[in-house]
This record gives sequence, structure tokens and C-alpha cells, in this order.
Amino acid sequence: MAICFADPLWRTRLEALLAAGTAAGADLVEVFLETGDRLSLLAEQERVTSVSPSFGSGAGIRVFRGRGSGTRDGFVSTNDLSDGGLRQALGQALGMLGLDLPGVGVSGTGGGAPFEGLPSLRDLGADRGDGLARCPGVAEVAERLLDGTAKLLQHGRHVQARRGSYSRDWQEVLVAASDGTFRRDLRLHQTLGLSLLAADGDHRSSVARRYGSSDDPDDLRRWDAEATAVDLAASSAAMLYAEVVEAGTYPVVLANRFGGVIFHEACGHLLETTQIERGTTPFADRLGQPIAHEALTAIDEGLSPGAFGSLSMDDEGLEPQRTVLIENGILRAFLSDRAGELRTGHRRTGSGRRQSHAFPAASRMRNTFIAAGPHSPDDLIASIDRGLYCKVMGGGSVGPTGQFNFSVEEGYLIENGTLGKPVKGATLIGDAETVMPRISMCANDLDLAAGFCGSVSGSIYVTVGQPHIKVDAITVGGR
Amino acid sequence: MTPAVSDLDAGALHDTLADLARREGVHQWDLGAACSTDLSVQVDRGEPRQLKGAQRSAVTVRAWDGEGRVGITSCTDLSPDGLALALRGAREASAFGDREDPPQLSCRATEPLEPLERPLCGLSPIGRLLETLLDAERQLLDCHGAITTVPYNGLAERRSERVYVNSAGACRQQASSSASLYLYARAEEAGRRPRSAGAVRLAPGAADLDIQGCLEESAALTISHLNYAPIASGTYPCVFSPEAFLDLIGAFSNLFNARSVLDGVSLSSRDSIGQTLAVPFLTLSDDPRHPLHLAAAAFDGEGTPTGRLPLIEAGVLSHFLHSEATARQFGVAPTGHGSMGAKASVSPDWFVVEAAAGGGGDTGLRRDSASGVVWVDSLSALHAGVKASQGLFSLPFDGWLLQNGERRSIEAATVAGDIRTLLRSILALEGPPVLTPSGLCPHVWVEGLSITGEA
Repeated sequence: MAICFADPLWRTRLEALLAAGTAAGADLVEVFLETGDRLSLLAEQERVTSVSPSFGSGAGIRVFRGRGSGTRDGFVSTNDLSDGGLRQALGQALGMLGLDLPGVGVSGTGGGAPFEGLPSLRDLGADRGDGLARCPGVAEVAERLLDGTAKLLQHGRHVQARRGSYSRDWQEVLVAASDGTFRRDLRLHQTLGLSLLAADGDHRSSVARRYGSSDDPDDLRRWDAEATAVDLAASSAAMLYAEVVEAGTYPVVLANRFGGVIFHEACGHLLETTQIERGTTPFADRLGQPIAHEALTAIDEGLSPGAFGSLSMDDEGLEPQRTVLIENGILRAFLSDRAGELRTGHRRTGSGRRQSHAFPAASRMRNTFIAAGPHSPDDLIASIDRGLYCKVMGGGSVGPTGQFNFSVEEGYLIENGTLGKPVKGATLIGDAETVMPRISMCANDLDLAAGFCGSVSGSIYVTVGQPHIKVDAITVGGR
Repeated sequence: MTPAVSDLDAGALHDTLADLARREGVHQWDLGAACSTDLSVQVDRGEPRQLKGAQRSAVTVRAWDGEGRVGITSCTDLSPDGLALALRGAREASAFGDREDPPQLSCRATEPLEPLERPLCGLSPIGRLLETLLDAERQLLDCHGAITTVPYNGLAERRSERVYVNSAGACRQQASSSASLYLYARAEEAGRRPRSAGAVRLAPGAADLDIQGCLEESAALTISHLNYAPIASGTYPCVFSPEAFLDLIGAFSNLFNARSVLDGVSLSSRDSIGQTLAVPFLTLSDDPRHPLHLAAAAFDGEGTPTGRLPLIEAGVLSHFLHSEATARQFGVAPTGHGSMGAKASVSPDWFVVEAAAGGGGDTGLRRDSASGVVWVDSLSALHAGVKASQGLFSLPFDGWLLQNGERRSIEAATVAGDIRTLLRSILALEGPPVLTPSGLCPHVWVEGLSITGEA
């Protein structure tokens, strides 16, 4: 039987659950319910080689006790949404904090925050109920992917392998908490990727592009396969015979769109309250102080229509906001979730996110970007005698000491203010405190790109972005 | 509905799905299911940080239509309703199945399984896990004044069960238990950059974990990185720790992956078998049933029994990893490395690196007397810095520069190269193989890799 969390029965069931949790002595009880309907397709060369639908449902129950830095919490997830399954999960979560469900053995200390029942459901998905039906079906997706792989063959040279992939994630979520949070949302995320492997003797290049959107059933229908194929073919041809970059420390220009991964990895993660809690950010006590070049303003928000990291509400039921993280080099705010607010005092910013019910929410980025500046991209390149232009970036990561890294998929040397030969194999490394003050020029061509971010609460949909930026010096790993 | 781990019954699942398939007119099908119960704790400077529990269930059903095309559907509901939904979804998806190269049932899925003896432990009370981790954290913090936090830590236990059944009569079931402990400490001295390192231990149950060894290794590694210096960029002889070398081999496992070969994204081709891939004293196997491999699986996602498979023998590429579909194309038997999918992926399990019969790998090179050698202890960002289809890597690493056998931590650096060149440039295998979570491997010396530093 299909589950629908708008069914009033859920209110009754959840109120009983939340009442039991607070009666046991919890200061806050939060229930996250989820059902999902997912589809993925893979096309290779002229064939669709995989069609994989999946369905799932589950609950994540989190119980808090205490306040301030001593706040404790227990979290239990389950695929069992029956009354018995939810009650068992709540009992287990309470037990982690030394509390017992009423009616099960000796009751806990009691004295939890009073629970006065749930308000009316705030249904943020009410006008999106037909979203899944409006999405392209398997046959239409297959046709679009095969169109893309065909165009790669048409435009590419020395083509060895072509792939197109698509995934659609339709999710219904309900968040109910003993503080009166009671919200439902319907979410649609679609992502599309196209990749090309070219080989000529020992020379190889592999290039890929990925696009993503939220709450836009028609996104795939508007995809310009021709433009993507032409772009990929040009990148592939440029990189096929590229030499490995010479290692060293250079000024670099990072292109817009996915170039924004530098801020995401170098600084964004360090501005999550999760990092304050762990003691792994150097910026914990730097609010109001300069941490970056005055040319840099950085923003994280969940509001841009259709962007991959946009939300109607976060995974703790709070509406998303526009959060100015850094303004002209000055640290203005951290990204905070419920636990972050309890433990660090930074107010929630609608940034509590999780991959699924199996993870407790944590403070995470949404659409994160460096704001546009006054320069043209050519100004940035012209300002460098010898350096590196990073046209397409790969993934990256940041470690517990703030050391970050990310790879360059398509790079070009800059010589005497102009672009030179293509180079491959570059990895940029550094730490935020050193590199952020070196982002000295921002161009006027801000653009965003979809990506996935993996961290403590799983893999989530995000957007990174920036205009072209110049970093005065950064270590470039190569040969 | 989520059954308790002990409730998963391969026979009952087989009978239920067989009945549903008859009603749906599906003559060929298979099913993979799993359920698990997890407990984990994290702590922060003497306080519980997060306590987690999870009950998970998952089922995947494949159904073949009259034209041999396969469809697949997954769901989280193991009840008869969930199975019916999955079967119906798979039957409908089969209309879009690949006509040219659809997977089939594995011809080995009904073979008898060799016994796989592993201890099966119950879950500990979460309070005991918490006390154990708090104590380990306290001991680690007490090891050195510069170690102020253990920001990444966790103690977890899992009890799980998996099942594979199919319409040809296969009926597999395996229960397992595991426990893991990780302790990543952070240390900082006045006026110096923070440094971090850690260690991991695995065992069948929490009571069997080598907690003391884990915290001592974490402390020793973290302290060893306090005295750091930048390194000048250049070409250095390198010695990879066992874990770092296995990470690299795993990242380039498309070399041995028949699926990648057929898809044209491997560095190998169909006729690469028999060609020299590495130095003659190197032997590499995938050994899913190795006695030291705690998470050993008795069968793969297609029900094929697992078993040891030589990949490189005396430097020569000898076998590929196979699923049912790739094995059929190569005219060999499936090797037990396939997943269950509309297009089954192929992946390695647990590597064993050792000197080839006749030896030759131990050339007397020793870290305790080395100079000008970079010791690569752990690699980072393999997801970004490895270009598997090109053979290239450029990766940040933690490690030391060895001078007269003394090690000094390298501040921040990357190591770069080509995997094919690296395998042919191995100078020596130092010492006996060391047990790691991903396999067994000695320290591996390699000639001339590019190191980029900040000196």
C-alpha cells in the first residue's frame, strides 16, 4: 500500500510517539519520515544497458537531552514504519540516553520539555503532488541519453567509449518534532551526465559533464545535447595529447561554475558548525574578523529556483535562508543545524541536511558561491606572466587539519597573460587560512554547477559556483 | 516491515517469490536480500557525542521476459507485499532491458559452497561500546600534550545477514558480524600547523578489537607528524605503506576488471592476459576467502561462490575478475566478483600482494637505513586524483622523508605518476605482508615518483 504522509493518521501516530519520548524525559524528540521512488538509466554507445528503479521508506528518530556543549543525542533509523517499528526505534534512541519508554520497565527521570501536540501540518509539497507524473518516463529518458551518446560520436575524435547517465530521485519527507515542527515536503532531483573517453595509441583523455536540478520535471526535456556534445568533444580533443603539468607553486585562474569547488572544499566545510563541534575549524572564534581577501564575498543559500541544492525546507523542517558567510573578506556567519545551535549557540540557518532517514541531519552546504566581482575573465588571465588556468575542475576533499585538495580535469598554461598549451594531472592543495587571503580578483561572470557532497550526514545534492577567480599562489601537484 | 536479522529465511523468500512469479508469469528470476542491525558511538573530549542505531533491510529482484531481457527493481520492504512490488517493477523494467548482452543466472549459483568459518558475535550493549570508546579516547588524549582532540572517532558493531535465491534452485544465506574502531587524533603545538593521523581496527565483535594497538598506533602516527618540514619538489624513490599501496591498486583495479575491459574503459584489453604488467617478483591475488579477511563473503551478488583468483603472477597479468556476463563473453567461469544488476558490475574484494614464488623482491632495501626516500603512509582524495582510465594519479599524502633511517614528517605534498610505470618500477617488497582492512601487503619500494612540496 502506498504511503502518503499527508494522511491525517500520521499526525495521531506521531503525536503519540513524541508524547512518549518527552514523557520519558527527552528535551526534544524529532522524527524524520521518508519514502522514495528512484530511477536510474545508463546508456553506452548505442544501447541502454541498465534501467534500475528502486523504492524505499524509513524513519530516523533523534532524541536530545541537555543544553549547551553538553547536549547529548541518540539516533536510530529503521525501515519499519509500523507503530511497533517506530516505537521500538524510539525506545532504542531513548535507551541511548538512559531513558525508558513509559510502560517499559522503570520510567526515566521524566521532566522533559512539555509537548503540547502538533500544530496543523504545513505542507510545502501540496502544489507539487503531480511532479513525479510530469517527469519523463523510461522511454523518453532513454531517447534523450541515446541522442547524447550519438552526438558524442558525431563530434568526437578517437572515440573509444561514450556514456550517458540519468537519475531521478522523488522523495516525500515529513518532519515532526516535540517543539511543534510539523512539515511535509515533496522533492524532485534529477541529474544527467555525459562522458567521453578518447584514445589514440598511448594517449588518452576522459572528460565528463554533469547537470542537476531540483523541482523541475521538464529539466531533461530542455537539455541541449548538441551543445554538451560539442563542449565535451572540444575538451576531449584538447586533453588527448596534453602533457602532465609541471609541479610547483603558481598563480592560478579558476573558471566559473564548478571552479567553485575551491571555496566549497577550502572554506565552506570549515564554516559548518559540525566543524566547530569537532574543533577542526580554524575559524571558530573569528566571527567579524577578516579571514579572506577583501575582494571575496561568499554566500550559501537554499533559495535559487531549480538549483540542485535548493530546498523548500531543510531536513529538520526549517525553511532555507540566504546566509552571507564572508562579506568583503570578513567572516559573518556559520552554517548551523539543530545540534549545532544547541552545542555552539549559532542560530540555525536552514542547513540541517541528510542523505536519507538513515543519517541524523548535520550542518551542510546548499548552493554555495563566491559573489561576482568587477573584472572580466580576460583581466584575470592578463594579470599573470606564468601560471595555470583551470578550466574544468574535478572533485576534492578537506581533512581534519583544514588541508584541502582538488583535481583539475582540464587545464592550460598561462604564459605572458595569454592561454597556452593544455596540461593534465594537476592537483591543487593548500589550507584555507593561507589560500583564502590569496583570492585577489573576482570576475563578473558568476555561474553555478551541480554536484554531490559527501560528509557526516551522507551524500547530498549541492551547487557550487563562482565567477572566474584568481588565486595569487597555490601549490600545484604534478610532475 | 523490517525483520530481525535472525528472521531472514532464504527458503521462505524463495518460496514466496516463486509463488508470486508463477502468478505474474515470470519464469526466470532471482532475488538478493539483506538485513542488518547496527550500533555505533562517537565521543568528544570525555562526553558522548553521538549514539546511533539502525535496522536496515533491502531486497533486489530481477525478472527475465520471454525475449531474455532482464529488468530489476529494489525496495526496502521484505514482506510479501514488498516482494510483489519488486517483482512487478522488475517485470515492467524488463521491457527496457538490453537485448544484446543481458545478464543470465550464474551457472555456478547452485554449486555447493565451501564452508566459510567466521566467528559470529552478538551486539554489545551500547553503554559498553560508549564506555570502551570514552576510555580509548582518554588514553589517546593522555599520550601527548599536543594531542587535544580526537575529532574523528567511532566504535561500531554490525550483525547482518544476506540471501541469494533464484528460479534455478539456488538458495544461499550467510550471516556475519563485524566491529570497527577508528581513532583519528589532532595535535597542535604553538605557532605550528595542526597535524592529524589515525588508525583503524576490525574484528568480528567489539570484545575482540585490538583497542590498545589502535590507540597506540594513532598516537604514534600523530606525534610523528608534529615535527614536520616542507619538502622540495622533485623525483624521489618512494616506499608505500601496505595500506597506501593497496589503495592505489584498488583505485586502478580496472586493470583486472573484465567489465571495464569489455566497456573499453580499462587500461587492459582482451588480449592483455599473459602480458607483463609488473616487475617479475610481484604476485597479486584477490582472495575473498582469506582466513584473515574478517568480512569474507561466501558468494557474490549473483550467487557465484567466491574464491582466490591470481591476477598478476610473477609480473604477468594472469586473470580478470568476472561476473556471469563477462565470463560468458570471455568463455570462462564466473569468478565470484559480480554484483546483482541490470548490468552487473565487477569489483575486487581483498587483495594479497606478495613476492612471487622464487622470491627476488627482497633486495635489502630497508627504511631504517634509507636516505632521501619518501615514505608514503596514507593517500587522500583518491576519488578526485586518480584518472583510472588514463592510468594517472596525483594525490595528496601523509608521510615522511627518510634521512639515515630517521623519518621527518612532510608538511603538505602530492605524489604523482602512472600506475603502469609504477608497477614496472617496483624496487623491492620490504618485510612480510602486513594485515590491513583491504588486504595483505608488504611495504613496497618504487623508483622515481614525482613529489610536489612547498619548500
